[in-house]
Amino acid sequence: MTNLWMDIKNADVITIMGGNAAEAHPCGFKWVTEAKAHNKAKLIVVDPRFTRSAALADIFCPIRAGTDIAFLGGVIKYLLDNNKLQHEYVKAFTNASYIVKDGYGFEDGLFTGYNAEQRDYNRSSWDYEMGDDGFVKLDESMQHPRSVFQLMKKHYERYTPEMVERVCGSPKDKFLQICEVIATTSAPDKAMTSMYALGWTQHSKGSQNIRAMAVIQLLLGNIGMRGGGMNALRGHSNIQGLTDIGLMSNLIPGYLTLANEREPNYAEYMKTRQFKPMRPGQTSFWQNYGKFFVSFTKSMWGAAATKDNDFCYDWLPKLDVTYDVLRAFELMHQGRINGYFCQGFNPLMSFPNRKKIAGALAKLKYLVVIDPLQTETARFWENHGEHNDVNSASIQTEVFELPTTCFAEDEGSLTNSGRWLQWHWAGADAPWETKGDIDIMAELHLRLKALYQKEGGVFPDPILNLVWPYKDPKKPHPEEIAKEVNGYVLEDVPDPNDATKKLLTAGQQMPGFALLRDDGKTACGCWIYSGSWTPAGNQMARRDTADPENAGLAPRWAWSWPANRRILYNRASADLNGKPWGPSKKLIEWNGTTWTGLDVPDYGPANKPEAGVGPFIMNPEGTARLFTRGMMRDGPFPEHYEPFETPVGNPMHQKVVSNPVARVFRGDMEVFGTAKDFPYVATTYRLTEHFHFWSKHVQVNASLQPELFVELGEDLAKEKGIRNGDWMKVSSNRGSIKAKAVVTKRMMTLKCDGKVVHQVGIPIHWGFTGATKKGYGANMLTPYVGDANIETPEYKAFLVDVEKINVVS
Amino acid sequence: MALDLMRRSASSTPAGSLSGPTTEVAKLIDISKCIGCKACQAACLEWNDLREEVGVNTGVYDNPHDLTENSWTLMRYSEVVADNGNLEWLIRKDGCMHCADPGCLKACPSPGAIVQYTNGIVDFVKENCIGCGYCVKGCPFNIPRISKADHKAYKCTLCSDRVNVGQGPACAKACPTQAITFGTKAAMIAQAQTRITDLKERGYKNAGLYDPPGVGGTHVMYVLQHADRPQIFAGLAKDPTISPLVDLWKGMLKPIAMVGIGLTALAGVFHYMTKGPNRVDAHDEEAAAREMRRKAS
Amino acid sequence: MGVMNVTRRQFFRYTGTAVGASTLSALGFSSDAAVAAVRPFKLAQAKETRNTCPYCSVSCGIIMYSRANPASGKSEIFHIEGDADHPVNRGTLCPKGSALLDFVNSKTRTQYPQYRGPGEKAFRRVTWDFALDRITKLMKEDRDKNFIEKNQAGTTVNRWTTTGFLAASATSNETAFVTYKMVRSSGMVVFDNQARV
Repeated sequence: MTNLWMDIKNADVITIMGGNAAEAHPCGFKWVTEAKAHNKAKLIVVDPRFTRSAALADIFCPIRAGTDIAFLGGVIKYLLDNNKLQHEYVKAFTNASYIVKDGYGFEDGLFTGYNAEQRDYNRSSWDYEMGDDGFVKLDESMQHPRSVFQLMKKHYERYTPEMVERVCGSPKDKFLQICEVIATTSAPDKAMTSMYALGWTQHSKGSQNIRAMAVIQLLLGNIGMRGGGMNALRGHSNIQGLTDIGLMSNLIPGYLTLANEREPNYAEYMKTRQFKPMRPGQTSFWQNYGKFFVSFTKSMWGAAATKDNDFCYDWLPKLDVTYDVLRAFELMHQGRINGYFCQGFNPLMSFPNRKKIAGALAKLKYLVVIDPLQTETARFWENHGEHNDVNSASIQTEVFELPTTCFAEDEGSLTNSGRWLQWHWAGADAPWETKGDIDIMAELHLRLKALYQKEGGVFPDPILNLVWPYKDPKKPHPEEIAKEVNGYVLEDVPDPNDATKKLLTAGQQMPGFALLRDDGKTACGCWIYSGSWTPAGNQMARRDTADPENAGLAPRWAWSWPANRRILYNRASADLNGKPWGPSKKLIEWNGTTWTGLDVPDYGPANKPEAGVGPFIMNPEGTARLFTRGMMRDGPFPEHYEPFETPVGNPMHQKVVSNPVARVFRGDMEVFGTAKDFPYVATTYRLTEHFHFWSKHVQVNASLQPELFVELGEDLAKEKGIRNGDWMKVSSNRGSIKAKAVVTKRMMTLKCDGKVVHQVGIPIHWGFTGATKKGYGANMLTPYVGDANIETPEYKAFLVDVEKINVVS
Repeated sequence: MALDLMRRSASSTPAGSLSGPTTEVAKLIDISKCIGCKACQAACLEWNDLREEVGVNTGVYDNPHDLTENSWTLMRYSEVVADNGNLEWLIRKDGCMHCADPGCLKACPSPGAIVQYTNGIVDFVKENCIGCGYCVKGCPFNIPRISKADHKAYKCTLCSDRVNVGQGPACAKACPTQAITFGTKAAMIAQAQTRITDLKERGYKNAGLYDPPGVGGTHVMYVLQHADRPQIFAGLAKDPTISPLVDLWKGMLKPIAMVGIGLTALAGVFHYMTKGPNRVDAHDEEAAAREMRRKAS
Repeated sequence: MGVMNVTRRQFFRYTGTAVGASTLSALGFSSDAAVAAVRPFKLAQAKETRNTCPYCSVSCGIIMYSRANPASGKSEIFHIEGDADHPVNRGTLCPKGSALLDFVNSKTRTQYPQYRGPGEKAFRRVTWDFALDRITKLMKEDRDKNFIEKNQAGTTVNRWTTTGFLAASATSNETAFVTYKMVRSSGMVVFDNQARV
């Protein structure tokens, strides 16, 4: 979230598309009902299904799964055609006026530079034209034919309301009604919030779905605003934290990135990371990259990380490719992975094409499952009849199931989607023989280290020298770790202005990231979390409910990264002179000497407005990007591509149907189905009564939604002779499931490109352990293809067939 | 809130409040804010230490499929196409309405098995329940359920145990969108009016409050988007009244309690009484009427 | 809210009086029986601990009510409710949060370490020492055999690609950082979390 949950109450328009907040985030959705009740907000819901969110919408519009960019592109065109823009904002705060290189183009579904063999682009033409002064050229009138603004206009010319209806099946009148309401927020003092989740990410063009809405929000001047923003609702309670701390193949905590193997040394590595400002006077926050990186390696290896060894640059692995989960299971399936740990994660149910996942797990030498609940993954080798029909004797994998404590017995911090770090305390002792996750990790490290000390082995240095300063090495206390993550001073740093004083004193907690150093005198586990445990104590445990001006910020409740800032890019909430765009949108303002207000400025506090420093200080441009240069693999402007399994082909460019650069492994392409055999569009989702595969272990929730069902519309049900409560079979080219039928008006029949399209909805929550009725997982059906940029599987749009079956139960 | 008794089934009770004037309470269920998440159902089960069986799916979201002795509240889902052609998913939290004039209490033949407090809450007292099922017949909303295990009647208590210590009901506390709120009846009516104004501005011409006079008003009220057609909300009664049979029974017998027979004998008498007779003591009724008049003024 | 607060003591006094005058006594009921019309407030004298709902990333504040189990002496939670002070959820909880007690008490929680050997049909209970020693032995064997110190171009890459780690997304930041340290110090690159699903 760029903003935070409570801030939704400040919205004038709320668009829920690519998510279903009422279903998946009911207590966050409260703030939607608050905005409606007290701010006269309008709620727009666009979804393949009439959802629980839609139940409260002012306008609901159905859409064919996987066609969001066509819809959003249509909105972009509407705003441009009708001049519904926040002009001042677009001109000053985005790259609309920047000139793009000669040579960039888009034709018949492809951007320039495509290489069909490699399924990739040479992105060199997707960039700005640079002046002799080293800065980007721009045309303030935005009339230059190669200005971002004009290129964008040209790109979205094709996205007419008729085309939107043809591709999405969304009725034209509803679409235009929605455009009108969205356009009202082009007024400088009005804002729309965009609430989305996996409904946008789980597509082969997921990142571009989000980009498309970001473009709309920038054209309307809604980023950095109270009641505005791009708000990823996020999934698990600490998925934000796990991502912030970099538990991904290519990450270092705080969104630093691991080296690629083409970067043999630290100097080479830094060349592509310390972005230089692209416009005069801009900040480009990443100039501090080295301070964050060195402080991180100091927190890992302490004294062993020295200037002479480039602060252990070589002790971190360097990547040849990114090992995301889809690649991990592909390699496992090929027999190239021997050991696998699942910590609170149930991949047998969570990843696409279950048959492939089960086959991959069976090729492991060892599998370690660390979980408070009995997961299906831990039992992938156990026969559960039709729900897990395997031959145990033929599976050679050694499997360990390690019992952990659960939330109630755990202390520490979680980061919510509004970037708040909140501390929690244990309310019960660890039951049975359960152990905390921290203790298990500590034991694994200490035992591995002991083995290397005893036996020696390959490159043991990073294991042997890992900083392990805990009072009880086997039981690090969460407070000790939190202090490490915040960062601490290793050596005194004198005050440059007064040699008698010290800027930093050895042993002290870091007060924040601003003083982190690249000379090895500071250590910091995760720079964006610096400030969470300062010399003043644990900021995450703060419980001051005060909320000045009832703004929805609660600035002294817990702690928000970065620097306790509650709304990102908040400089954009004020006009060029530093005055708020409207009295109800006040966040920060220029008082003549400094930026001040309700929130911590996301900006140099002494930057005078007339200096023209852009509000988007993380970008070297200082402005937000309507055109992303080469930063996205699949194009600088979002373009509509069909899901890999499509019922109609791509009406916008018939030769390039699906995302031309989305990664597909050999063998997976072959098991995509076609509309001939699988005529219906399927989408998977969560229900509010359940949470992934956990709550089926919870008796109350099992009783509230006991059994797997599939939703289908009345027309399709009639055609197939399926009645409410009948058993039905749903098949894709990868497998099939049996489920109860829920026949509902909420699944509407659409007409796309002249064809009737039926959609089928499949909730994901059932399996073969827990308190509910046993059920098939939706991943028996889903295709193994990920988003072109971040490899999120395409769970939201694929093809199936359905039939009525008779089950004797 | 002191829970003073206003009425008891099948007995005479001193009327009025011993702790001074009490305020009527109410739960307001705003269907236009309800997302049907079932948090109320979960909170109800958890607070009351009840658990529901794991059932099956029958082609709808409603689970369990009806109120039970354990599930005292239940979301009921209706898909309705409105006059303007738009689909509406109307989700109604069903459960005891805590009628001002409770048919269950009037129908109940067992002394003190059903009580009504001066704040309006109608409560079942398990120890005094004989499981005759009269309350089910007397209820205009078909709410009480008889347990298969102990043959006693169960329904929502409006969390009298929480209200007693100054807290709201568990469902209202949990409700994520605050579609369920709790307070004095007057405050809830005022709140409903602001919601109705908002709904009318959004095009729901017939939005209104459901507080049916046929049962003297209720201590659980609804904001309905279409108050002219309560039936479309999963069959909510349009003009509920207590069955005339119950009125007929009223006052037919002198209170058995007064003749001083014991519980065992009482049960025997009720075996006879299940043929029809049943009553609330006239003194109780008079006192209750007085209390209601006092509050209305 | 127009609800008056009356102490429990007052309440019992009032209702006690009321019941005493009622026909219950005529029937031989003790006055306590009428008091039983209102269930005793179950949170009296419980210990309260603040925590965060472990499910979605709204991260609602919760209060866990616990007591010591007289038999084991261990602290046990018997009720969980929303934290009314919390600025986001204001005491509310969804159907999952409202039922968290049954997560804590789930019959299908893992209780002790289990192990299943190659081809075996069932888990068997093992000690923590057995499990942790065996796992680290397997890790070291695999790492020593397959660790890549230099790539074909001769660049130091120090990566281990044959054992992978899928991290949780409901564990604390502190667990996350310790996990990061353990995983990255070993050179593992097959490393991901739940962000995508």
